[in-house]
Amino acid sequence: MEFSAKDFKDFFKAIVTMVEEEKDYLCELDRKLGDGDHGVTMSIGWQAVNEKLNNELLEEEDCAKVSITVGKTFLSAVGSSVGPLYATGFMRGAKVVKGKTVVNDNDLAEYWIAFAKGIKERGQAEVGDKTMIDTLEPFYIALEKAFAETPDFLTAFTKAVSEAKKGMESTKDLVSKKGRSSRLGERSVGAQDPGATSAFFILSTFLDIAKERTATAS
Amino acid sequence: MKKLMNDPKNVVEEMVEGYVKAHPDYIKQLPENDRALVTARETSDGKVGILIGGGSGHEPGFLGYVGDGMADGVAVGNIFASPSPDPILEVTKAIDKGAGVVYLYGNYAGDVMNFGMAAEMADLEEDIQVGMAKASDDVASAPKAEKEKRRGIAGEFFIYKAAGAAADFGYDLNEVVRVANKANDNTRSMGVGLSPCYLPQTGKPSFEIEDDEMEIGLGHHGEPGIEKGPLETADRVADRLVQDILADIEINEGDNVVVLVNGLGSTPRMDLYIVFRRVEQILSEKGIKIYRSYVGDYITSLEMGGCSVTLMKLDDELTKMVDHPVDCPMFVQK
Repeated sequence: MEFSAKDFKDFFKAIVTMVEEEKDYLCELDRKLGDGDHGVTMSIGWQAVNEKLNNELLEEEDCAKVSITVGKTFLSAVGSSVGPLYATGFMRGAKVVKGKTVVNDNDLAEYWIAFAKGIKERGQAEVGDKTMIDTLEPFYIALEKAFAETPDFLTAFTKAVSEAKKGMESTKDLVSKKGRSSRLGERSVGAQDPGATSAFFILSTFLDIAKERTATAS
Repeated sequence: MKKLMNDPKNVVEEMVEGYVKAHPDYIKQLPENDRALVTARETSDGKVGILIGGGSGHEPGFLGYVGDGMADGVAVGNIFASPSPDPILEVTKAIDKGAGVVYLYGNYAGDVMNFGMAAEMADLEEDIQVGMAKASDDVASAPKAEKEKRRGIAGEFFIYKAAGAAADFGYDLNEVVRVANKANDNTRSMGVGLSPCYLPQTGKPSFEIEDDEMEIGLGHHGEPGIEKGPLETADRVADRLVQDILADIEINEGDNVVVLVNGLGSTPRMDLYIVFRRVEQILSEKGIKIYRSYVGDYITSLEMGGCSVTLMKLDDELTKMVDHPVDCPMFVQK
C-alpha cells in the first residue's frame, strides 16, 4: 500500500477524535491505579497536535516532518510520562521515513517497529510491569515476525494489533511494577492499565486507517 | 466538586499569571515559555543555579519556593504531571551563571524522563553543565531495600532548602548535588490521607474513601496508599507515622532533627498542630532533639485532606543549610 503525508495527518486526526471519545474511560481506568488523569493528559496533548494539524502542518508533505512535529508538540503540551514516551516513538518512526512524501509497506512496518522500540528504550519497562509496554512489545515482535514471513503490511499489522490487544488485556491480572501505580503492589491487580489501553487504541486507529486506504486503493 | 475557576483547561495558566502578578518583586515569567519562571532578583555570577519543578496542584510547591536562599527558577507542569523539557531548558538557560544548574525533583517516572531529556539538551545544545538530585523520602512507597524506587513527597522541601543554601554558600555543582543527596538520604516522610482531591478537568475524586476511614501511605497525587483502615485519633496516627519513619532510619538519643508536619490542602492548622504535639512528645521521650519545626501546607495536593510527617536527621553541615535564611513569597525564614 502507499501511504502519504496526508494519510499520516488523517491518522493523527483520527487519534484526536478517538482520544476525545475515550477520554472519560481512560480517566476511569486511571482512577483505579493512579491520579485519574490519563484521559485528560492524552486530550491536552492531542488537542495541541490538532492545532498544529490545522495550521503549520496543513501543507506539509514530508511524512517524517509530520511525525516529528506531532511528537514534539505532544511532548511540549503534556510533559508527564506519556510525553517523552510518545515523543520518542513518533520521532524514532520519523527517522525511518526521513525525507519521504509517500511510504510503502516496508517503510510502514519499519516505522511502527521503530516507534514501539523507541518507547520501550525510553521507558525502560519490561513486559509484565503493567505499562504500555505490555501492549507495544508483543505488537512489535508480532509485526517483525509476520512481516518477515509475508511482506504485506496490512496482514502483518492486523496480526500485530491482535497481539497488542492480548497484551493490553493481560495487564488486568498484573501487579504494577513501573510508574506511580507501582507503589500499589498487589492492590493494582484487577484493573487494566490505562497506558496499555490508550497505546492499543492508537494502534487500532492506525489499523482502521490502513484498512480504509487499502480498500480504496483496490 | 466546588472550585473557584473559570475554564478547567486554563487553571494552570491563570494560576501562574496570578502568581507572577502578585509577586513581581520575586518572580517573572520568561518570554520564551510561560511555564518557565525565574527569580526577579539578580543572582551572583558563579553561583550554581537551582532549578525545581513538577506538576501543578502542589502549591506552595513548587513555584512558591523560588526566591532568595531556595530556588532560582521553576518549570511548571500540568496538574500532577511533570513539565516537558521545553520550560526546564528555558529556565536552565536563564539561571545559569557559568557554574551550571542543579535540577531538583521528585522521583516519578515522568519527572525522571523530562528532566533527564532537558539535561541532555542543556549539555548538547547549550553547553550548560547540569547536576540532578531526586527526592525519594516517602517510606510507604517502597521497602527500604528499594529506596531508589521511593517517590518524593513533602521531604522535597528540605532538599530544596539544603541545596538552595549550599548554592548560596558558593559550593560548586558537584558539591550542591552532594548536599542535596545527603539531605534526601537523611529525610523520611510518612503520610495519611483522609479525603480525596478533585481534578479540575474531570471533577471526580482522585480516590474513594469512606467518611470514617483513613489511608496510610497515600501518595500526594492521590495514589492509593499501603493500607486503608478506620480513622484513628491524631495521637494514634502520629504514633504510626513516626514509628514507621524511625523503623526506617537510625535516629538516636541526642541526635538533632528538623520536623515538618505538612498539610495536604484542606486539613486545618489546628489538626496539624495537634499532630505535631504528639510528634514532639514521641521524639522528646526518645531524647531526639527538635532543632527546628515547620508546620503548615508546604507541598499540597489540591484540596486533599490529610498530612504527612517528615524528619530530617541533621549533621553539622545540614544544620548550617537549615539555618540559612530564605525569602520566598510563600516561605520566609529569618
